[in-house]
Amino acid sequence: MSELVETRHGVRAWLLASSPRSALQARCQRFYISWLAFFANPVAMLGLVIVAGLVVVALLAPWIASSNGVDPDLDARLQPFSSEHWFGTDQLGRDIFDRIVWGSRITLYIVGLVAVIVVPVGLLIGTVAGFVGGMVDNVLMRITDIFLAFPRLILALAFVAALGPGLENAVLAIALTTWSPYARIARAEALTIRNSEFIMAARVQGAGTVGILYRHVMPLCLSSVIVRLTLDMAGIILTAAGLGFLGLGAQPPTPEWGAMISNGRQFLLDQWWVPTVPGIAIFVVSLGFNLLGDGLRDVLDPKSER
Amino acid sequence: MVDATPAVSVSGRSRPFGLGLLGSVAGVAFTLALTFLGLTAITFVIARVMPVDPVLAIVGDRAAQDVYDQVYRQLGLDQPLYTQYLRYLGQLAQGDLGVSIMTAQPVMADLLRFFPATLELASVATLAGVLLGVPMGVLAAVKRGRWPDHLVRMVGLFGYSVPVFWLGMVGLLIFYAKLGWVAGPGRIDVFYDGIVEPVTGSILVDAALAGEWEIFDNAVSHLVLPASILATYTLAYIARMTRSFMLDQLSQEYVLTARVKGVSEKWVIWRHAFRNVLVQLITIIGLTYASLLEGSVLTETVFAWPGIGQYITASLFKNDMNAVIGGTIVVGVCFVGINMLSDLLYRMVDPRAR
Repeated sequence: MSELVETRHGVRAWLLASSPRSALQARCQRFYISWLAFFANPVAMLGLVIVAGLVVVALLAPWIASSNGVDPDLDARLQPFSSEHWFGTDQLGRDIFDRIVWGSRITLYIVGLVAVIVVPVGLLIGTVAGFVGGMVDNVLMRITDIFLAFPRLILALAFVAALGPGLENAVLAIALTTWSPYARIARAEALTIRNSEFIMAARVQGAGTVGILYRHVMPLCLSSVIVRLTLDMAGIILTAAGLGFLGLGAQPPTPEWGAMISNGRQFLLDQWWVPTVPGIAIFVVSLGFNLLGDGLRDVLDPKSER
Repeated sequence: MVDATPAVSVSGRSRPFGLGLLGSVAGVAFTLALTFLGLTAITFVIARVMPVDPVLAIVGDRAAQDVYDQVYRQLGLDQPLYTQYLRYLGQLAQGDLGVSIMTAQPVMADLLRFFPATLELASVATLAGVLLGVPMGVLAAVKRGRWPDHLVRMVGLFGYSVPVFWLGMVGLLIFYAKLGWVAGPGRIDVFYDGIVEPVTGSILVDAALAGEWEIFDNAVSHLVLPASILATYTLAYIARMTRSFMLDQLSQEYVLTARVKGVSEKWVIWRHAFRNVLVQLITIIGLTYASLLEGSVLTETVFAWPGIGQYITASLFKNDMNAVIGGTIVVGVCFVGINMLSDLLYRMVDPRAR
């Protein structure tokens, strides 16, 4: 580990050495080289900046926003852009900029929660199907195919209809209709890994199926799953915003961006900024995730489409 | 979202008989049946199992106990779940989707009334997406790395990132309210409503058949904006896929051979490369068409378009579960059906896929 404290030149040399001398060095090298490729791609960097910006804004919301974005101020209704209200105010006199800032937390909450549900479910079903094979594979993949074949938005609508409107139910509905492609990806990866020598070696050493799945197969599937997840994020955000717009997602007065557009709809003609600004926020964040996903795919998966 | 695989990818798997086309048709039919069964199972769970109390949704919370019990038995809730499911399947097979609380009509009749509007919107949008997207994709592939390529990439990113309901609103604000270039929400102006005898259900076709060109113009003016908005995503998707398919073909050796033999570039692109791409495009176009049928929900809400999407969302707020589930099933069946059809077509056209 003493190499780490050398000069900057030394660190670079350590990171680019042709034959790494430790597992740590090899891992750092891979990360560094990927990072260099990613850094050289200005469009992907823009995506990273946008997504990082979203995270920072969400974390620092109490310090960035001057109000809590929920309490009405009826003296300041529907005001245009000004130095006091950067993005104007809505029909209840709430500062739209502040609501956008607080709304970033909800957007992150939605994509985070969907990811936390979808990735483990998809990984588990996909790796088990691919690794175990046979009847298990057949049954699991049939179920996956059925979910894959469904119209997503309509199914999400039906789920929310049954469960009742609300942010958590919207997230659940989106997750239920999103997990299937992950199972397919994980299965494809597991199939290629299944007969590798290192799996054989682990088996000979006495590792059980569960252990091999958890320690060897799943980690190797993770990178393609993450690329897919980043590319899906925009779609998840748009679906959540769509449900919010229809009144099925977050309920007022929560500053969810889709619901903000829906609430501001009636003011479109005279106070156009009320519904327009949240839409721009959704657009920018989805764009950020799309750019980031494209960049990640180029770095982590060079074989895929250009 | 940007993957090329069909939503129901039967290709490469589920070829149980290995009998070429016949075998793959059987495979597709099997998958189709299974998928429909899954669809009905899920809608059954949503409609009958998940709601806290389906009886209360019908009789209201102030109904007397004997009314409650009667409805409880009528719905068959006293029977085991699998019996209920089989009963549900039997009703579906007869086209019985129940009665809508909102319109007091059979849900099936309602859906038949609303469906043509959605079909018209989705068809025009798909057509626009194909007519613009395919040439754009070819151009981007041919001029790879130059400005047409970057332009197509930008259009793609825009289409994938923009919330369609928001775009529709902004479109209405600019082109209807400010510029007055197009007509506003709805399918047709009120004073033209009901003049043309509905034959096909598509106002455009009906008006043209009746020779009512004034109404035709009015319908076009109403249709242009929602169809364009809906086409944004299609355009982005089709252009991007065409580009990547074309790049694939243009790097093949037969293209090199043709070029070496002195075949003109135009001929190489359109007669050699593009003809091979065409087969793959069928799947993609089928896929987008199917997704537009469901994707029109949000657009219809913004444009007050009296289609199936608006019907479903309106029913949702009235807790009209029969209508919601009926709509979900019909859209789901169309979605799955179109996907399978394009998959099948693909196998018929391309011998390599068998």
